[in-house]
Amino acid sequence: MARTEKKKNVVLVGFGWTGAILGMELAQEGLEILALERGHDQNTVPDFQYPNMIDELKYGVRLGMMQKPRNGTLTIRRDQNETALPYRSLGTFLPGIGVGGAGTHWNGLNWRPMQSEYHLRSYTQEKFGNIIPDDMTIQDYPMSYAELEPHFDRFEYVAGISGQAGNINGKVVEGGNPFEAPRSRDYPMPPMHSTWDGKKFGDAARAMGYHPFPSPGGIASKDYVNEYNMQMGPCNHCGFCERFGCYNYSKSSPQTAIIDALKRKKNFEYRTNCDVLRVEKSADGKTATGVTYYDEKTGEEVFQPADIVILTAFSLHNVHLMLLSGIGKPYDPVTNEGVVGRNYSYQLTGGYTLFFKDENFNPFIGTGANGMCIDDFGMDNIDFAKEGFIGGAYWRSGQTNGQPIRSMSLPAGTPSWGAGWKKAVGEWYGHSMNIGAHGSLMSYRGNYLDLDPTYKDPRGRAMMRMTFNWQPNDLKMIQFMKSKMEPLVKSMNPDIAQDGFKKDGAMFDVRPYQTTHNTGGAVTGDDPKTSAINRYLQAWDQHNVFVMGASAFPQNTQYNPTGMVGGLAYWAAEHIRKDYLPNPRPLV
Amino acid sequence: MKKLVRVLGVLVVLGIVALLAFIFVPVQRTGPVTQLSADFKPAKGQGEYVMRAGDCLACHTNEGGKPFAGGRAIQSPMGTIWTTNITPDKETGIGNWSLDDFRAALYDGVTPNGTHLYPAMPYENYRKMSEEDIVALYDYFMHEVEPVSNKVEETRLGFPFNMRFGLRAWNWLAASYQAGFKPTEGQDEQFNRGKYLVEGAGHCAACHSPRNLFMAQDGIDDTSKSFLTGGEIDGYTAPDLRGPASGPQKWTTEQTAAYLATARNAHSTATGEMMLVVRDSLQYLTHEDNMAIAAYLKKIGTGSDKAAAAPATPVVTETEKMLTEAKPDMPLGPRLYLDNCGGCHFVTGKGAGETFPELDGNSLVTAKSPKGLISVILHGAELPSTADRPMKMRMQGYDKRLSDEEIAALATFLREGWTNKAPAVSAADVKAVRDLAHH
Repeated sequence: MARTEKKKNVVLVGFGWTGAILGMELAQEGLEILALERGHDQNTVPDFQYPNMIDELKYGVRLGMMQKPRNGTLTIRRDQNETALPYRSLGTFLPGIGVGGAGTHWNGLNWRPMQSEYHLRSYTQEKFGNIIPDDMTIQDYPMSYAELEPHFDRFEYVAGISGQAGNINGKVVEGGNPFEAPRSRDYPMPPMHSTWDGKKFGDAARAMGYHPFPSPGGIASKDYVNEYNMQMGPCNHCGFCERFGCYNYSKSSPQTAIIDALKRKKNFEYRTNCDVLRVEKSADGKTATGVTYYDEKTGEEVFQPADIVILTAFSLHNVHLMLLSGIGKPYDPVTNEGVVGRNYSYQLTGGYTLFFKDENFNPFIGTGANGMCIDDFGMDNIDFAKEGFIGGAYWRSGQTNGQPIRSMSLPAGTPSWGAGWKKAVGEWYGHSMNIGAHGSLMSYRGNYLDLDPTYKDPRGRAMMRMTFNWQPNDLKMIQFMKSKMEPLVKSMNPDIAQDGFKKDGAMFDVRPYQTTHNTGGAVTGDDPKTSAINRYLQAWDQHNVFVMGASAFPQNTQYNPTGMVGGLAYWAAEHIRKDYLPNPRPLV
Repeated sequence: MKKLVRVLGVLVVLGIVALLAFIFVPVQRTGPVTQLSADFKPAKGQGEYVMRAGDCLACHTNEGGKPFAGGRAIQSPMGTIWTTNITPDKETGIGNWSLDDFRAALYDGVTPNGTHLYPAMPYENYRKMSEEDIVALYDYFMHEVEPVSNKVEETRLGFPFNMRFGLRAWNWLAASYQAGFKPTEGQDEQFNRGKYLVEGAGHCAACHSPRNLFMAQDGIDDTSKSFLTGGEIDGYTAPDLRGPASGPQKWTTEQTAAYLATARNAHSTATGEMMLVVRDSLQYLTHEDNMAIAAYLKKIGTGSDKAAAAPATPVVTETEKMLTEAKPDMPLGPRLYLDNCGGCHFVTGKGAGETFPELDGNSLVTAKSPKGLISVILHGAELPSTADRPMKMRMQGYDKRLSDEEIAALATFLREGWTNKAPAVSAADVKAVRDLAHH
C-alpha cells in the first residue's frame, strides 16, 4: 500500500553533511523542508557515548556504524570482460549509515584541492602539451577556486577545523602549507599538537628541504562555537575517530556542527528509516515531482511530493538514484556518451612503515587527523610531462590509534598467530610509525557506474554496478611517490622499513580497506554532454533536482574529499537561495 | 473560685471565637499596588514574557501534559503537592477568576473561595510584582492560553498540614510585607530591573534563600543578610549566589548572563532544577534582562572583588600532579576520575570553555548536599537547546558502569580534589540517590 504525504518545498535525500548544510541554509529561507534518512537516528549521547563506543571489535572490525550489505549493496568488477559480483563483505570502502552519515565516522582530515585541480584538463594541456591519454576523461571544474573560496571558508568555520594557514591572501605564512591555494583567513582553530611520529617525519622532511606543516582536520584543538552557535570541546586524543562516532564532541560532524540548531527550525523535519527508492518525474520529464521512499516503520511505499529534490546521500547512492530515476542519461563507455555513472573515481594511497627498536611512539595517543604533512609532491609541484603521469599526492605521518586488533604493525615475515606473533607484538608494539602518500586518481572511460543487469536489492531495484581498476597513469604516480619517499625513510635510519606501494599491473582488490573516497559518477561541468549537473550542481534536464556530494568531482583530488564536498554544498546553497528560489529554472 | 471559673469560661469562649474567626473570617485580599488607568492594555507579548519570567509553565504543566493544565507533583517535606490547572477553563481551571481573584492568588496565596494555597506557589515573591505585570499576566492566561479541561488530583497532606487555615498564621510571618516592588534608591535602572526580576517574578529566593524555623524563606530581598545565600530543594543544594566563591561573584556579568540564557558559560553548566529554570524560563528573557539579573547579583555580593581575580600563573595543584603522574597505586577515586572523567574535565579539573564544565570550585561538586553531584555521575545531565546555544550537550550517566562504592570514592575525590574542600560521600549516600530513580 502506498501513501502520499503532505507536500514539502524541499526534500533532501540523505541526512549527512550535505543534507544538514542544505537543510540549514534553505530553512533560513522559510521553506518547508524534509530530510529523509535511510538509517537510524543517532546522537553523541547515547549513541556514541563512552565507553561503549570505544569498542574496536564492534565498530572497527564488525563495522557497527556502516551500512549492512544485506540491506543493499552494489556489484563490482574490474573491467567490462568480468562479471560483476555483489560486494557482500565490506572491505575497500565503508559507506556509513544513519543520521550524520559518513560525517560521523570519518577521520576528520579536511582539505581544499590545490589550484591546478580546478582546471586540471586545461592546466595540463596548457602547461605540458598534449599528454593526456585518450582514455583519460579528466575535465575542468566549471567554477574557479576564487569562486569557491568563500564556501570552503564557510564550511571550515561551520565544521570547526584545526590547522595552520600557509597562505593568507597570497602571503605565505610560516609553519603552514606554502603550496596551498590562498585562503582569505586563518583556520578557525589552531592546529592540533602532533605526536612523536609526526614530529620525526616533519624534522626529516625539513632536513631534506621539504615544507612540513600540521595536518588540517575537523578535530577540535580547543573549545569552539560556530556560526550556528553549535559547539565542540577539545579533543583528548583517544584515537577513536575513523569508524567511530566521537564521544567527546571533539570531531566535526553534522551532529556537532549543525543538527541541534537545525532541529529548532519549525519548518524543518527529518524522518529516519526512510529509504528513498527513486525520484519521480513529471509527465513531460522536465521536473521532478518528489520522491518515493520505503518507510521501514510501516512497511509501505510513500510518495513525498516536493517542489525541489536535492540528493544529499553518499556519492554512490546519489548516482544509483539518478540511474534508477532517469535523471540524466546513463553513461555508455563504448560510445563514450551519456553522463550518469561517468568519471567514477577513487583514491590511490601508499606508504612506508618504519620500525625503531629504541623509539616509543605511544600509539594509543592519536587523532584521525593527527600529525605532520608535506605537499611538496602535490599536483602543482609535479612536472607531468617529465615524470610521465598526471597526478600528485600529499604525505602525512601521524598515528591515528593504537587499537589492538588492527593497529599492530609487525615486520614482514612475522607469524600471524601463536608464540611467534606474541613475541613480535611484545617486541614491536609502540615501536613503529607510518608515512603515507595520499594520491590523486584520474577518471577514465573504463571506470564507471551503471545498473547491474542481474542483481537486485531488497526493494527489487537493480543494484548499481561498479566497473573499476587501477590504471597505469596512477600506478606510475604512486611508484613515483615511493621513489621520493625511500630516501627520506633512509634518512630517518629505522631498524626496519617496509613499503606498501602498489606496483605496476596491480589490480583492484575489494578486500583490504583502502579509502571511502568514492567520487564522480554525477560530475559537475559546463557541457551537458560530459557532465550530469551544471556548475550549480543542478541536473541539466530537471531543473528542480540538485545533486550534492563527491559524486560531482570530475576526477578525484589528491586530498581527502570532505572539504570539497562541504565547499560545493555551500556554493550550491548560495545559488539556490539567491538565484533559483526567486525564479526556478535551469540556471545555466 | 466561681469568679475564676467564670474568667476561665470567658477566656475559653473568647479563644473559641478567635479560633472560629481565624478559620472563618474572610482573609483580607491585597488590592492593586498601583491604580492603572482604565484604558491600560498590556503591550503585545508582555503577558507571555511575565509568564516566562515567573516560570509558571514549569510547575503547572505535567510531564507530557497540556501547557498550564496542572497535575504535576511537587515533593515537599510535608508531602506531595499537586499543581493546579491555571488554564482559563471555567470548570477545572481559572476561567471564572476576576483580576482581583488572580492578584490575590499571586499576592496573598488565596483562591477566590478563601482557600489558602500552599507556599509551593511562591506568592511570598510574586507579592513584589507590579500591577502592570499582574494585569498582563492575567490577560495572557485569560486570552492567550488554551482552556484545558483537566481535573487535577487534590493535594492531601497529612495532619496538621491539611488544616489549610493554619497557613493564615504562616502568612503573617512570611507574606505580610507591603505588596509591590520597592526599588533601591541611589541604584541605577539596571540594578533595580535585576532586583525586580530576582525578588519578584523570578522567585530566586524560593530555592536560593535558606528557610527559617517556620519553613518560610529566610530573606526575600536584599535587605536580609541571608537572602540568596543558599537553600535546599528536595534535598538538593541550591547554591549560594552572594559569597565570594559563588558563581555570580566569581564570573563576569556576561558569563552569568550567558549561564542564565543558555545553561552554560565558560565555567559551568546548569543541571537539575536550574537546568529546567533555564529551559522553561530564563532563556526567554531578553539579553538586557539577564544582564540586569547578573549585574544585580554581582552588586549584592558579599565578598570583595579581589577574591574573584584568578592568579596570573595557574597554580599546579597536588591533585593535578597526582593525576598527571598516574601511578598505578593511586587511590580508587582519582583512578576512576582518569578512567571516566579526565578526558573531558582534564587533570586540571578545569574542563574547557563552554563545553566541559570545571569541577574545581564548582558549586555542584562542593554543595552541602552531595545529592546533585551523585545524581549527575549516576544519570548524566543534558543541557537544554536555547537560541544562543542550541546544542543539547549531554554527559552520559555512569549508573551501569560504576558501583555505589566506586561513585562514593569518585565523588569524594572530586569534593576534596584541587582546591575543593567538601565532606566525603558514602556508598549509602549514592545508594539513596540511585534508589530514587527506581521509584
